[in-house]
Amino acid sequence: MSAPVLEIRDLHLAFPLGRSFADLIARRPGRAVRALNGIDLDLRRGETLGIVGESGCGKSTLARAVVRLYRPTAGTVSFGGEDIFAAHTRRDRTYNRRVQMMFQDPYSSLNPRMTCGQILTEALSVHRMRPAAEIPARVAELLDLVRLPQDAAEKLPHEFSGGQRQRIAIARALAVEPEVLIADELVSALDVSVQAQVVNLLLELQERLGLTILFVAHDLRLVRHVSNRVAVIYLGRIVEIGDSESLFSAPTHPYSQALLSAAPSLDPADRGRGARLQGELPSPLNIPPGCPFHLRCPRATDICRTARPDLRPIAGRGEVACHHADEIALNG
Amino acid sequence: MTRDTILEVRNLSTTFARAGRALPAVRDVSFTLGRGEVLGLVGESGSGKSVTLRSILGLSRHYGTVTGEVRWKGRDIASLSERALRSVRGREIAMIFQEPMSSLNPLLTVGMQLTEVLKAHTDLGRSERRRRAIEMLDHVGIPSAAARLDDYPHQFSGGMRQRVMIAIALAARPQLLLADEPTTALDVTIQAQILDLILGLAREYEMGVILVTHDLGVVAQTCDRVAVMYAGRIVEEAPVAPLLSDPRHPYTMGLMRSVPEGVAPRTALYSVPGTPPALDALPQGCAFAPRCPSASAQCTATDPALNRLAPGRSAACHHPVSLAKGDAA
Repeated sequence: MSAPVLEIRDLHLAFPLGRSFADLIARRPGRAVRALNGIDLDLRRGETLGIVGESGCGKSTLARAVVRLYRPTAGTVSFGGEDIFAAHTRRDRTYNRRVQMMFQDPYSSLNPRMTCGQILTEALSVHRMRPAAEIPARVAELLDLVRLPQDAAEKLPHEFSGGQRQRIAIARALAVEPEVLIADELVSALDVSVQAQVVNLLLELQERLGLTILFVAHDLRLVRHVSNRVAVIYLGRIVEIGDSESLFSAPTHPYSQALLSAAPSLDPADRGRGARLQGELPSPLNIPPGCPFHLRCPRATDICRTARPDLRPIAGRGEVACHHADEIALNG
Repeated sequence: MTRDTILEVRNLSTTFARAGRALPAVRDVSFTLGRGEVLGLVGESGSGKSVTLRSILGLSRHYGTVTGEVRWKGRDIASLSERALRSVRGREIAMIFQEPMSSLNPLLTVGMQLTEVLKAHTDLGRSERRRRAIEMLDHVGIPSAAARLDDYPHQFSGGMRQRVMIAIALAARPQLLLADEPTTALDVTIQAQILDLILGLAREYEMGVILVTHDLGVVAQTCDRVAVMYAGRIVEEAPVAPLLSDPRHPYTMGLMRSVPEGVAPRTALYSVPGTPPALDALPQGCAFAPRCPSASAQCTATDPALNRLAPGRSAACHHPVSLAKGDAA
């Protein structure tokens, strides 16, 4: 694999909560939802990196921070060696053009009063991708690229089906010729057969245009299918990262194991197999000390309750943040 | 596996009208459900699975025309008056929905919403109702149930809210639970917990369950029998294992094949060509014919009936496929 396109280093992001009057009087410090707690991640050119985790684990926050929709509290994200949050890069739109985001719900991310053609034209003209005269031809080209009929340009978003709307979102992202696509639950709202069409399109376009994709989704089967590498996130921290096939066939972190075994198998004979994860994700307002997973972990020991494990390479596996990773890798 | 039939749906059709056009959402659906049986109703959005569920309980007749029979313990509840239905709804047949936040009352504590059901459907006294409410919350796995009785729905997490919904639905010990995508909005980890819970309770109370879902994994892990719906009709019905290992209707086969499993990573997934038909523009003949790889002239002329292929198995197809015969290779 080649050099990283995006380098994320020790990224922290907290959303402060409003302090109540009582808190002010009692001089209690303000509380904050700690969504990201030290993410280190490299996105390599041309790869698809899958991000999985339960809702509230910070996977969407991470995606949004990468496109500068949120400003991190600490840490850096560099693109081509430049910090994307530094003042001078904030002013220039190049980064916005080169890294494009696509959202889960195309109903709320496409302007309902603009036709599909206007939506694409706007993207093309904002970033001055083409002289005005060439725009209609480029719009036609884009519609063709995502396999929408040419008369789609005249239609409003509500006239399309869910799958077609996601194609418009993809076309809009591709209009500005980006290098990186951030797909946040891109196909989660679609039916399986439509999902398959959109995923096929994405894979094909990636191949053709050499795109790098950060694929955030909760559907584990789908993430396994599209990703080269996968990162498992728990409470705003990566607990395991590695090659997609090996991570899915032999997860090491107890959380990855539990998460993957919870995905319902298509074989009725597997019924009742797999350990169920007890309890729910702790609140990101109150992250447990030690290993954040120890409260739900079947293997937790004393050290897990006090010391936070760091992400480290494990022989024969990817990188895992677990005190007992070596033992698990050895004995299964 | 012979179970006494508790529910029999015969020729159920539900039609809505929009801008003067008829939208047949459910077309001539018939099936039965045994005591303690879990039936999965599978299909894509708009296939009529939720409307079927709602029509059983008389919830869609306010918006559309419902014909056919819903025989529940020997009587036709589709023809009952609203007043008479009230003694069935919640007491004998309960329903849970996908989004618990929109079906729980945000202004009432969960304790009040639980005891309300008990007040309507049981003769329990006030303190007994409270005790039973705590018992139910405890039973569905809500920690420190007694303390949470006075909490409002927004104070619960998504998974806990769905548990509250289940507690309310099961408070009056119904014999049939209609579950409309009960875990779609939840994480896989919580989904597994909730499905275990529903199945455990179904076994314990010998309660029948009709589970509407679009997730074939959920079907494989929970259902005894499955009915696949397409454009308002049941196109295939079979016990779960044979349905998943040897689908007979081309649509079921297409659904199975578009799931990314057992496919080489990062290769094209199979997808059923085309899109489902609009309900007000259903094609002549089989509704699936325009997308079907094995469609013939017969298919575009006449709509196939749901025919029995083997004991317990039926498919509405003129040319049923079979993996066993190697049709799909």
